Order: sequence, then structure tokens, then C-alpha cells
Amino acid sequence: MIFFRRTLLAGVLALVAAPGFAADVTMLNVSYDPTRELFSEANKVFAAQWKAKTGNTLRVRASHGGSGKQARSVIDGLAADVVTLALAYDIDEIADNKLLRADWQQQLPDNAAPFYSTIVFLVRKNNPKSVQDWNDLVRADVKVITPNPKTSGGARWNYLAAWAYALKQPGGTDATAKDFVRALFKNVPVLDGGARASTITFVQRNIGDVLLAWESEAFLAQNELGKDKFDIVIPSLSILAEPPVAIVDSVVDKRGTRAVAEAYLKFLYTPEGQALGAKHYYRPRLAEVADKVADKFPKLTLVTIDAQFGGWRNAQKTHFSDGGTFDEIIK
Amino acid sequence: MMPPTEPRWVRYTLITVAMLFLTGLVVLPLLLVFAEALRQGLSAYFTALTDPDAWAAIKLTLLTAAVAVPLNLIFGVSAAWAITKFDFKGKSLLITLIDLPFSVSPVIGGLIFVLLFGLQGWFGPWLRANDIQILFTPIAIILATIFVTFPFVARELLPLMQEQGRQEEEAARVLGASGWQIFRRVTLPNIRWGLLYGVLLCNARAMGEFGAVSVVSGHIRGETNTMPLHVEIMYNEYAFTGAFAVASLLALLALVTLVAKSLLDAVLERREQRVP
Amino acid sequence: MTSLPSPLDSPTLPPSPTYLRRWGWKRPSVLPGFGLTMGFTLFWLSLIVLIPLGGMILKTATLGWDAFFNAISTPRVLAALRLSIGGALIAAIINAVFGSIIAWVLVRYRFPGRRLADALVDIPFALPTAVAGIALTTLFAQNGWLGAPLDKLGIQVAYTPLGVIVALIFVGLPFVVRTVQPVLADLDPEIEEAALCLRASRWQTIRRVILPSLFPALVTGTALAFARAVGEYGSVIFIAGNLPMVSEIAPLLIVIKLEEFSYAEATAIGTVMLSFAFLMLLALNGLQRWSRRYEEA
Repeated sequence: MIFFRRTLLAGVLALVAAPGFAADVTMLNVSYDPTRELFSEANKVFAAQWKAKTGNTLRVRASHGGSGKQARSVIDGLAADVVTLALAYDIDEIADNKLLRADWQQQLPDNAAPFYSTIVFLVRKNNPKSVQDWNDLVRADVKVITPNPKTSGGARWNYLAAWAYALKQPGGTDATAKDFVRALFKNVPVLDGGARASTITFVQRNIGDVLLAWESEAFLAQNELGKDKFDIVIPSLSILAEPPVAIVDSVVDKRGTRAVAEAYLKFLYTPEGQALGAKHYYRPRLAEVADKVADKFPKLTLVTIDAQFGGWRNAQKTHFSDGGTFDEIIK
Repeated sequence: MMPPTEPRWVRYTLITVAMLFLTGLVVLPLLLVFAEALRQGLSAYFTALTDPDAWAAIKLTLLTAAVAVPLNLIFGVSAAWAITKFDFKGKSLLITLIDLPFSVSPVIGGLIFVLLFGLQGWFGPWLRANDIQILFTPIAIILATIFVTFPFVARELLPLMQEQGRQEEEAARVLGASGWQIFRRVTLPNIRWGLLYGVLLCNARAMGEFGAVSVVSGHIRGETNTMPLHVEIMYNEYAFTGAFAVASLLALLALVTLVAKSLLDAVLERREQRVP
Repeated sequence: MTSLPSPLDSPTLPPSPTYLRRWGWKRPSVLPGFGLTMGFTLFWLSLIVLIPLGGMILKTATLGWDAFFNAISTPRVLAALRLSIGGALIAAIINAVFGSIIAWVLVRYRFPGRRLADALVDIPFALPTAVAGIALTTLFAQNGWLGAPLDKLGIQVAYTPLGVIVALIFVGLPFVVRTVQPVLADLDPEIEEAALCLRASRWQTIRRVILPSLFPALVTGTALAFARAVGEYGSVIFIAGNLPMVSEIAPLLIVIKLEEFSYAEATAIGTVMLSFAFLMLLALNGLQRWSRRYEEA
């Protein structure tokens, strides 16, 4: 038995050690939930480019999860070379822990967000509950699926978009907005940790009448599971959602991967990177790519986080911190 | 002689109730794992299993078990020896402490290592300053696994060795055998089946642990995902075939464990019958 | 008490205090290896269990009483603890009923497939919880094999507290069966014969003779199933729906608090659950001692 154990151990160690030598360079992209498909393709394309340019074999590893949760893993020591998260505040928080520079958002164009997106409604085919706009979500007969704003970035965009809509209604104040959002969350039967888990709940588990989702996630759900099952409803107003990217300075300096990390993020702004984003339903920034796919993305009024909520730090503090508005609402 | 029994209709009702309960709760979930795994056909099944991330998860799981199980085996034997062959005060407390990981939530098994090794934890800043990474690496996964499987071998051995007493060992000692000889020649032959049994259960749990490992993993694909974590990730990605394919391997592991356990039971039963 | 010594008992110590003083904390023995094995046991126990758990308790201690109390007395935490403990209790009681029936059928009746059924009881021990979780969820989802017919009856299992209970029944099942089964098998048939001779009806025999002798094992098995279910995580989170205040279990709340970076709350809930587990273990030790004495009486 001891002999058997020894051989087994040796075999296992050999198995584990073997692939370690295949890659010259590795980097880790810690990302939010719905970008799995985008980065699984983008990582391969970029690795091929990097190999052609430098001769080095590159392996880009990925970790996905709710945006807030991912930020906290990085703060807890997850060695990410780059972070690509759902919203700026999560990266701010990493910066506050001195793991990356405070002015990270000035390091890349467009607020360091290579793509933008928005929040739309995914409903069941032919919209049986006739959901047209945000005010339909507080109806007693409508069940809404959204992830948990405490852990998910997409959910925070959902929440703020609903808030902004309520504010823009005649006689809208912070108090009416709070009541509106409270009524909306009363209609939520399942509160998942990340955007992807919510999509599963809605699409696969058949729960709820409306899924509040990233536009990209709504398109993906519609296409992965056939056009005959879901419709996308564009509300009268939504929010400009900018998922930003940044280099984690403390990690790249230690690992010596700054060059490849910078190239990786810049790649997302190139025509090729932008086209990949558009393919996965993220709205491109680059005009030449955006023009080509203009018919893919519906036009709608988008409010911004800066104009409406005084930036992410304010929004986070008021709404999502401990004892903030969201905590009061779900009590 | 069989004891008195119930009327036929009572017997049949009870058997039906018991079997329906077992079917709904145990058999159907097991069947479903294999049905879902094979729903897209055999080739999709094997594609899912040979996916590099799935393969990496399998290897990490094997590595984890290969480290955690032998360590807990050594610990279990040593703890059982100290506890059953000697009398000392505080024995009861010691046993309760050894049992603790068994009844505490596996999530706590992960949480404690985050609190120790996380950048915000007790040793985090020092580890970072010395360039040592533990949390979100296989080391943390192995530590969490050792924690949750901690009592498995000891728990199997304690009652067994207690029952066997100390006379044989004491006799061997008087005849001049060394400690190691006593263990090899006298104790081990008596406990080997129980030991194997404990190792089996320990291994099943080590390979299947989810909660504790999930907290310390960091979920880096191809790097810190064990098989159960890979199942979760695939499940959260619409990749149901992939999720259930890897799940089916884990279910197979469970079945193999059970078959081995039944064989062991049979061996033990026969030995007991031989001893008058 | 002249019972078989059990590992859960402390050794029967000689009553005289002078004798106690003579052998200090350890009784002398001719056997070697105490220092080595005890040393390694304590070392490994400290390294893997005591120091990490101590770290958590220390972290909780730095919170102070007020902060600790505030952290665990929010409605959400209380609801999660209530669900984890209450759900585990309900599941344990259901297991007590069906587990006894299964043990009874397996021991007393002969029917085709009995050995297979016997082996299957252990599946929840061996099947990884995450696999059990996704399998039960798919099975009981609205479009699942069992979920669809139940849905027609208006019963929703997946994503409700009912789903939590189903998962907890699953993980606890083997504990009751495996504790009751051996005791049942060892019951002396002559007692039942005697009862029959005394013209007791079969039901009276079961109620007055068999059930009382099974009782300690049944309580122990139920308590084991309960202890296991309170901390369960993997099989529950998939099927629960995880809605705060409704279907969110305490271990999940620890994970969520950790993800929200509320270390204080996570550790506070963790400490509560750890204390609960420790108390459960002490209670179980007491129970097992009681049931052994009961069996011998």
C-alpha cells in the first residue's frame, strides 16, 4: 500500500508539474460576471498577437464573479495583473488599499472603459405580462430578477437606473425614488450573487417575468437559448454603464508583467478589440467600429452616474454602504 | 429465528414508502447527473471532460487529496495511538476538539484561513512583504481540505482500537519489541480494514469538498478550481453538459467509494464470523 | 459503571486523590510512543484546527461586545440563523421518521433490491455536496423530473425554504439510518415473542417494546443529522434561491458578508455557528454516553 501511495503521489505531481512549463508568460485578468465569453475569445486573440510580436507564449488566466466580490478578492491578495470590473467604484476600492494608483481612470481613454453598455429588460416571448417600462416593474403581478447590489456590479447599475427613472418622473424626489426602488425589490423572488447566476435563474429555471440585465447579457441569453424564448424590452430611460479596466500596479511591478498588461488593456481599444467587444454585445467606443454595428444596438436616453448621482463614490456611500439606502430598503 | 412480523399489507406499504423515499431523494438525483451529462451525446461528454480547464481541475483535485489524505492518515493513527493506548486527563476534551471540524460549517473552514492569510488578516501583510502567497493558491485549498477532513481517519480508528484494548501490545512490549515493531506487527494487522475505511471516506470528502474550498480559492480557471468548483462555474455558465460531465466523475467516485465500502463490510463480517 | 470503554468517555479514574496525584496527568504505561504521538497530535491539531479557529475568535474579540451583538442581531442575520437551525431541525425530524422506516425495512424484511437499497443509503455521505446541489436543483426545478409534477399540484420546491429542507434531508439521511440499523438488528427477538405470548397486539409491541429500546439510537441519529445540517452549504445554495430574509442560510450569509468585505459580521456569524457546533458536540457526547448506559440497563 505504501508503494502504491508513493507511485500515486509521484504520478500526480508529474501531472501537475507538466503543463507549468508550456507557457513563458502568464497574466491574470480578474473580471466581473458576464464577460466570460468576451474574454475567453479576446484572451486567445491577444495571446496570438503577443506571440507574433514578441515570440513569447502568453497564457491569460481569467477569474469571474460578482464585481464587488472580485474587487475584494484582489484586496485580499488575489494576484491580478489587470482588473476589468463592472464599475469604477470597485477599482477605486482597490486603489484605496494602495494596490494600484489613485488616478487609474486617467491612464486610459474614455474613463478607462473600452466599451460601454446599459441596462435593459429581458422578458419571456411576446411579453405576456406586457412590461414596457420601469413603472411596470412595481406592479403586484410582476416578478423581477436581479442580482444582489452588494456583490454584483450589474445589480448596482440596475438599482441606480431604476432610481434615476423614478427621479425623472413628475414630482420625483429622493423619497419617491426610494419608495419606488423598495417596491421594485419587493417583487424580487431570488437575489443571486452575480449577474450570471441571475440569468440562469431567469432563463434556465424559469423564474420571474423580467430580468434586469446588462444589454450584453440580455443579447447573450436571447441568442444562446433561441430567439423564440425571450424578447428584449428597451425602457424609456436607462443608465450609461461603463465597465472600466485597470492595471494592478503592485502586482505587475512584483511579477514584471507591466508591459504585457499594458498591451493587453490597450488591445481592447484597437479596432480588433473593439470588434470583439461588439461581437459580444458590448457597445464599442471607436467610431469606425461603432458605425458598422450601429443597427445592432438600439438608441435610448442614457443618464450618467456623474450627472445623476455625483459619481460612483457618492452613489456607493449613499446607497450601497453598510446602513445605506439599499440596506434600509430590504429590511 | 425471525421475530414476529406484521401483516402483509403493512410490510408492503412500509417497503414502498421506504423505497419511494430513497428513490426520490437519492436514486433520481444520481441518475439525473448521468442523464444530464450524456444528454448531448458521448462526444460532447468527452469534449467537456478533456477541456483544459476541466482537466486542470481534475489534476488539482487529485493533488489536494494526495496531500491531504496521507497527512490526515498519519495524524489519525498517531492520535488514535495516544488516545487509546494511554490514560491521561483531558482526553474527552481532546476528542471533542478533534471532532470539531466535523460538525462546524465547512464555510468556517474557509473563513478561518482567509482571516489568517488574507491581506487584511493576521499574517497577510507579513506574507505580502515576504512575497509569500497562500490565500487563492492550491496551498490554501489543501489547508482548507485538511481542515474539513481532519477527524475522518481518527474517528474510524478510535472505537476500533479502544475495543481491541492494550493487552496484545503490552505483551509484545514485555517480549522486547520496539514501538515501531509493535505498531507494524501487532496493531496494524488489527486495524488495517478500519484504517482503509477511514482513508476511503477521507478521500471521498477531500475530493468533493466545496464550501471551505470555495471561500479560499479565488476561482482562477485552470489554476485554483477543484472539480466541485469547476462544476459550479460551468453550471453558472449555461454549460450544463460540462457541469454535469465533471459532476458525473465525482458521482462515479462516490459509487466506487460505496462499492469498496460494501466489500470492506463483507470482509469484516466474515472475519467476525470466524472469531467465535 | 462497568461499560465498554468508549473513546468518547474519559477513562474511569481511580477515586483516591492521592493516587491521582501520584500519576500526575498521565497514568504510567509500559507502551512506548506516547510523547511522539501525543506531541504530533497536539502539534497538528493546533496547526490546522486550534490556531485558525483561535484566530477567528480573537478577531471577534477585537470587535467588542456591542459591535458583536449588533452584527448578529440584524433581522437578516437572525432570519438566516433561524432558517439554518429551524430548517435543520425540520429536516432531522423528517429523517427520524423516514430513516427509522428505512432502517426497519432493511433489517426486518427480505425483498429484491434490499442490498442495493442498503448501499444507496450511504450516497449522501460520499456524493460531493456541490453535485448533490445541482442534481437536486435540476430535479426539483419547475421543469425538472419531480419539480414539474409538483408544480402542477401547486407545490414549489426549488428556490423556496422547502428546497432548503429537501437538501438538508438529503445530507442527514444516512445518519439516522446508520445509527438505528445496528441497534434494530441486535434486538433480541425473544422479547417480541414474549410480548406476543402476553397477548400484546403487534402495534402495542412496537410501541411499548421496540420503540423504547430504539429511542436512544434514534435520538442520537437525529441529533447527528441535525448537527450536520445546521452548517451545510454546498447542497443548499443551489436550490435555496438565496433570498435575504426568506431562503438565505447562515453559512451563505458568512460568504456574502465576506464578499461584501464585512469581515466583522462574517466572523461574528462564524463565531456564533462555531459555538453552536461545539455545544452540539458536547450534547452529542452526553447523548451517546446516555444511550450506551440505556442499552446496558
